[in-house]
Amino acid sequence: MPRWFAYTLVLTLLAAGGAWAFASLDMNWNWGVVWEYRSVFWRGWWMTVALSVASLLTSSLFGIIAAVMLRSRFTLAQAAARVYVELIRGTPLLVQLLIGWYVIAAALRMGTDQRYLIGVLVLSLFSGAYMAEIFRGGLDAIPRTQLDSARAIGLTPWQSLQLVVLPQAVRIVLPAVAGQLVSLVKDSSLLSVISIAEFTFNARNVNSATYSTLESYLPLAVGYLALTLPLSGLSRWLERRFRYEAA
Amino acid sequence: MNLAINGLVQRFTDPDGRRPPATVLDGLNLTTGDIQALVLVGPSGGGKSTLLRILAGLDVPTSGTVAFDGVPLPRDERALQGYRRTVATVFQAYNLFPHLTAMQNLLLPLVHVHGLTEPEALERVREPLERFGLTAHAHKRPAELSGGQKQRIAILRALVVQPSRLFLDEPTSALDPEMTGEVLEMIGELKALGTQFVLVTHEMGFARKVADEIAFIVDGKVGTHAPAADFLDRCTNPRIRLFLDRTLHA
Repeated sequence: MPRWFAYTLVLTLLAAGGAWAFASLDMNWNWGVVWEYRSVFWRGWWMTVALSVASLLTSSLFGIIAAVMLRSRFTLAQAAARVYVELIRGTPLLVQLLIGWYVIAAALRMGTDQRYLIGVLVLSLFSGAYMAEIFRGGLDAIPRTQLDSARAIGLTPWQSLQLVVLPQAVRIVLPAVAGQLVSLVKDSSLLSVISIAEFTFNARNVNSATYSTLESYLPLAVGYLALTLPLSGLSRWLERRFRYEAA
Repeated sequence: MNLAINGLVQRFTDPDGRRPPATVLDGLNLTTGDIQALVLVGPSGGGKSTLLRILAGLDVPTSGTVAFDGVPLPRDERALQGYRRTVATVFQAYNLFPHLTAMQNLLLPLVHVHGLTEPEALERVREPLERFGLTAHAHKRPAELSGGQKQRIAILRALVVQPSRLFLDEPTSALDPEMTGEVLEMIGELKALGTQFVLVTHEMGFARKVADEIAFIVDGKVGTHAPAADFLDRCTNPRIRLFLDRTLHA
């Protein structure tokens, strides 16, 4: 079966099932009211994009630091990173956000205008724990002999990191990082619980203003897909490209 | 080169202390004449690769001294890095960086370690690539090369920096017989070109052909050390004779 046909078939069946389910709802669709709030959706969507990009950068940083610590010879650094990764990965982001905002931010006497900072920070810590394991895997995948070769030709440790280790590690981890980014975009919806006016929060506000639940939340699904589908496409493309190079 | 090794000890301790320390080199002594090629042979685990890593400036011995032409090897990492830039080492496998083409692998040390410009570096590698019949493979990545081609490119990368001496650690032991032949042939040419080298190998027949002196390393010491020509005759130790009989007639 050709690939395009398989996809068309699956999507058609899905659309038919969806249409049947929605038709049986006997809904009085009220798209008009929601349309008036389109700028609220739009602002929220862009806020989600901004939060995701900011968190991606910070969480990569956290991930790299934690990965290096996980591989460190120093037991204390190793233990600190291991505790970080396990605590974060073992608890719900929702709880982390609530602790971050109601406990830590409060203890630091942070004003309500700093909720965005806390939001990005907690989301980055959350995603960074997953990134740490991705990066650790990438670094582990580079054989020791490569480091020996780098030393043997006279490279400094910094040059060997820059010219030998990182270019290889980046190729190995990129597909997984792009995949993690997909999760990050969706996970950012939880920032709504600390009243950050991102996509989900704004959609919920539209819902409470218009009492049209599905009309408020369906655009949400479409808006997130518009971000995540290209990202997972990118992830798969990177994976294919890397496989081709390694073959 | 005149190589003088005195009381060389290399002991590895397990950082977690779960295993007893392993003494790989156990007070090894070796003094060569003024030779071009030294070959180290001996059973696996005898310490020959460990010795080569120390000679190449990759590891620091627990104690003892090594001197080439009367110049002792330094012990601190910065000085050793300087030393490594004057010599070159080829390992058993995985010498090349897989994300770079053969050509980029050749240029990397020239440009980033030895300060050549890219055109200068290209000029430097052109003729050697041609001589060893590797020009057609220069644009390929290591994954597209055969094992023998990879090792030949690795040896070439070691050569083009014009090192004072070359260290080869079992350069053929990961290859099948046909590819072993092409790599050994290349090392034979190095001998003809006057390159100084220390070679660790299991190929006894080749060792006798290419070496000026052969040292048999066993249990972290030199079992027998002799000029290549009369190495076999000088071996009176029954254990070494048995090893040689096995490897020569295998």
